[in-house]
Amino acid sequence: MLMLEKRPSPSRFWNWATPVLAVVLTMLAGGLMFALLGKSPTEAIRTIFWDPLFGEFAWYFRGQLLVKAGPLILIAVGLSLGFRAGIWNIGAEGQYIMGAIFGAAAGLALYPADSRLIFPLMVVAGAFGGWLWAMIPAILRTRFRTNEILVSLLLVYVAQSILASMALGALRNPDGGGFPGSRNLSQWASSANPELIAGTGMHWGVVAAMAAVIAAHVLLQRHILGFHIRLAGQAPRAARFAGVSPGRLVLLCMGISGGLAGLAGMFEVTGPAGQIQIDFASGYGFTAIIVAFLGRLNPVGILLAGLLMALTYVGGDNAATNLGLPAASIQAFQGMLLFFLLALDLLSNYRIRLTRKEAA
Amino acid sequence: MTELLRVEGVTKAYPGVVANADVSFAIREGEVHALLGENGAGKSTLVKMIYGLVRPDHGRMWLRGQDYAPQEPREARAAGVGMVFQHFSLFEALSVAENVALGMESPPRLGDLAARIRQVSEEYGLPLDPSRMVGDLSAGERQRVEIIRCLLQDPRLLIMDEPTSVLTPQEVEILFQTLRQLAAEGTAILYISHKLEEIRALCDTATILRRGRVVATCIPRDRSAREMAELMVGAVLTPPERHGRPAGEVALEVAGLSVASPIPFGTALKDVGFSVTRSEVLGIAGVAGNGQDELLLALSGELKAPRDAVRIAGRGVGDQGPNARRALGLVAAPEERLGHAAAPDMSLVENALLSGMVRKRLVRRGFIDWGATRAFAQAIVAAFDVRTPGTFVAARALSGGNLQKFVVGRELSQEPSVIVINQPTWGVDASAAAAIRQAILDCAAAGAAVVVISQDLDELLEIADRFSALNEGRMSPPRPTQGLTIEEIGLMMGGAHGMEVAHHAHA
Amino acid sequence: MDLLGGINPAVLVASLMMASVPIIFAAIGELVVEKSGVLNLGVEGMMIIGAICGFAVAVETGSPVLGFVGGALGGATLSLIFALLTQFLMANQVATGLALTLFGLGLSSLIGQGYVGVKPPPVDRLDLGPLSDLPVLGTILFHHDLMVYLSIAAVVAVWAVMHHTRAGLVLRAVGENHDAAHALGYHVIRIRVLAILFGGAMAGLGGAYLSLIRVPQWTDGITSGAGWIALAIVVFAGWRPGRVLLGAYLFGGITVLQLNLQAAGARIPVQYLSMSPYLITILVLVIMSADRRRIASAPASLGRTFHASR
Repeated sequence: MLMLEKRPSPSRFWNWATPVLAVVLTMLAGGLMFALLGKSPTEAIRTIFWDPLFGEFAWYFRGQLLVKAGPLILIAVGLSLGFRAGIWNIGAEGQYIMGAIFGAAAGLALYPADSRLIFPLMVVAGAFGGWLWAMIPAILRTRFRTNEILVSLLLVYVAQSILASMALGALRNPDGGGFPGSRNLSQWASSANPELIAGTGMHWGVVAAMAAVIAAHVLLQRHILGFHIRLAGQAPRAARFAGVSPGRLVLLCMGISGGLAGLAGMFEVTGPAGQIQIDFASGYGFTAIIVAFLGRLNPVGILLAGLLMALTYVGGDNAATNLGLPAASIQAFQGMLLFFLLALDLLSNYRIRLTRKEAA
Repeated sequence: MTELLRVEGVTKAYPGVVANADVSFAIREGEVHALLGENGAGKSTLVKMIYGLVRPDHGRMWLRGQDYAPQEPREARAAGVGMVFQHFSLFEALSVAENVALGMESPPRLGDLAARIRQVSEEYGLPLDPSRMVGDLSAGERQRVEIIRCLLQDPRLLIMDEPTSVLTPQEVEILFQTLRQLAAEGTAILYISHKLEEIRALCDTATILRRGRVVATCIPRDRSAREMAELMVGAVLTPPERHGRPAGEVALEVAGLSVASPIPFGTALKDVGFSVTRSEVLGIAGVAGNGQDELLLALSGELKAPRDAVRIAGRGVGDQGPNARRALGLVAAPEERLGHAAAPDMSLVENALLSGMVRKRLVRRGFIDWGATRAFAQAIVAAFDVRTPGTFVAARALSGGNLQKFVVGRELSQEPSVIVINQPTWGVDASAAAAIRQAILDCAAAGAAVVVISQDLDELLEIADRFSALNEGRMSPPRPTQGLTIEEIGLMMGGAHGMEVAHHAHA
Repeated sequence: MDLLGGINPAVLVASLMMASVPIIFAAIGELVVEKSGVLNLGVEGMMIIGAICGFAVAVETGSPVLGFVGGALGGATLSLIFALLTQFLMANQVATGLALTLFGLGLSSLIGQGYVGVKPPPVDRLDLGPLSDLPVLGTILFHHDLMVYLSIAAVVAVWAVMHHTRAGLVLRAVGENHDAAHALGYHVIRIRVLAILFGGAMAGLGGAYLSLIRVPQWTDGITSGAGWIALAIVVFAGWRPGRVLLGAYLFGGITVLQLNLQAAGARIPVQYLSMSPYLITILVLVIMSADRRRIASAPASLGRTFHASR
């Protein structure tokens, strides 16, 4: 009979080994899934995980890797702070959209001026948009104790409606011949978020993501605020005893994660996406949740997890064109990864013992 | 009298601990049998085996001559074994009748059950309204729910796990009458306790456990409390020494403190007022759930009140948080060690930072000085004899007594001017308890004002200069401890809380 | 009768009853799960899996009844993953619920690839003879498919079991204090797993209703937040079955009203109309959670992991 026994302290080894093991298991289970879809498992796995990095067209895919990883990491770092504190902002997708809208609107209001100050202004506006959208569930939670999970999630649907209305109305390109969508921001020098080093996919959003990783790392390791965030998540009553105000922490964590998600949206709309469009929202806000968990809510882990998840995106596109794998299979694949990770988490906190059936 | 239950050679080991080793004893019908031992001596594990919650590794049990090996509590109940738990197995959001029904094999319809609850509760002098929500009942009333739940099933053996820790002295006397009445009717009672005077007053026989083994069986009436204590602890204990006498100016002043409880089904504080001078120890007694937790929260700063309701050295701090109060010299140690006083999964170093950051200046401009924090944690471990492999281990890995020494030590090593401490020695073995009490008295001698909230009357009588009690959120005016009688104390705690003496006519 | 821009109130009420069915099923299932002390945030994922499984089975077999059975089985199967992870492997319930939703959305669109644009077999309305021909009342009450009545029956059944049977008492006890329930000898994990499976099956039924009757076709993301709204309605209802019905009808009413306003060419832009159900759900949540007593009625062990030690 298998018995679980709580470890006196969480295992450091398993804390880092489980994500790796989860990835391996997901590959096996994913291979099985692809086999059921009638594709060769080995080829599918190779197409997704190997070719983008080392295949014939790697020069193209490698650039795409950072383009996808940038927003994922930026959003996930913000989310991880809240998750550690037991504050569940799962509406990052909405904050991402609002960041893009605010950022784009700030720029388009000044079109076609030519100034180096426009882009920084848009960055501030984008972060503000995401922050503002996250403040709604945060304030509702602190004022009325409304569940922030449900509110932040429902606001994603509201943000999507606003996005559609912007693309069709207020922000529509007046010179666009009546087609939906805003002016192309990446082609206007004042608002463009260009590739900084040709061929790498590096843009300002990736730089911001790296900065966020470093800042979050310092915050969690050395700053009292990071200590309070960890404390509030592990032992809420002990946190109050330590003088942490739960309401302030909610506002802070939601604000940081909303602001970073808004930034991600803003960098996306001025760079890789280029314009406000009905289908601008691409699910980064949701995938970032997986990235945050896969990275063990640890900034450095999130950096690695973000790159891995970006690889599944890029590889998924590759598999879609080369093997005809449906794009949605990547989403199922990512969900599976999270399942394996959560299941294996057990090994960090519990020891599994084999015992004989207890004698009566 | 015939033998009811025989336990022979029972052993139960958990990874790293042997909870029971080769335990044997027997209970006769109609006997009140004490199971005596310190915290961690293996009493709870032993009765859980009798009640079918845990299965022994080795050994056998017989009930009325038949092989008895309950696989689950259902079987134990069917065989006539009932149990009243120390931490109640009750459901606060359900009614008394529903709670009783959950503990029965085949309960009658709720209406009929309510009538039977009324009948049995009258018969044994334990009045109870079946339709009330358990969350609204006092601790004593909750215990009645548990007892009646057992009695409705006509048990042959009733197990009671530390039943008096939630009762006033008057309520204890009534409970004893109920138990004696049951015993006279032929029900055997297995009575678990570490309170020696109670056992001498109530029990016919006592089995004493130490570190999972039976060290003695005796007739309590023939032994002195001291003899039994030494059998239980295995060492001779010295009471704490007092040095200073209260003489200083007022360090902590509480006036007109009324706050609602943040805890579901908690007790609001109603117009609490007292003051403590330097070097003085104020003891606050009371049955659990009468506002002790709330008082600690209101004093530590976790629960806010009007500014002048709480004053430290004359400064109003009622509206200030814990860290502002720490800066003024007030430290607090809550009852709940894991999850409140300490974060279970964090290391001792991180836990030292938790409440030590202000007074020990462990944080500079927002950044943590881990070197200084580590040194602080090591200093606590050394000064308070905390047994641990190191300061890197998680708090939950420490035993209850060691963690309590760490938590209390952390507060006392901050050179405080006011100390507030709730249940300083709850669930701690005798030697650790003695060490903690001595440390508190040493701080008082050094000039600190101390407020000790405790449910252990002996403890308060031992260390407090003045004595008071909380009853339904109200505090009695403090009186000098010397010269107080146990009856006076009981009345301060709320007397018998509306209980009545059993008036069952013996058949 | 023309106050609402040519919308007939009787038709409106009738269609709000239909619009509410998926949410009633999902919410009453989740209510049972939460009463047992488990918070499953994967309702959206289980619903959409139920939607595609129900759709696929109905199309392949030509039988809508088998379709609904398939939908319930699909939802229950997905919830089994949740049960395994949270009850046996002690994973965090919030995270696992989110994973369930993400996985369900992906998997459903994978399965649904071949079903886009396919028409499901039609489901007949119940023929209640003369009753259906009654003016107004007939339109409102007696002009529905069987599932509308089943959804109401499910609410009544859950209420009756919860408050008038021993099984219901034990379920509430487990959700209230799992340690005490364990001490009394109840099988906490077993009871919770059964509740989770029931919740999954009900969410699956609700999903199948969406793809087979309400829409009726398969599109990616067909649930569009219905699962989250079901979760909100459980909070709104204060964990009481009767109020689930009320909440679901309120939400259904708003949905139907805004759809009708869209169709009637109201002057409000379409996007603002379509966000209104979400905004109103948020508003209702805020009003309900501001009431301290209602939150106190949440099961005390909700979301806490149970591990029997010693």
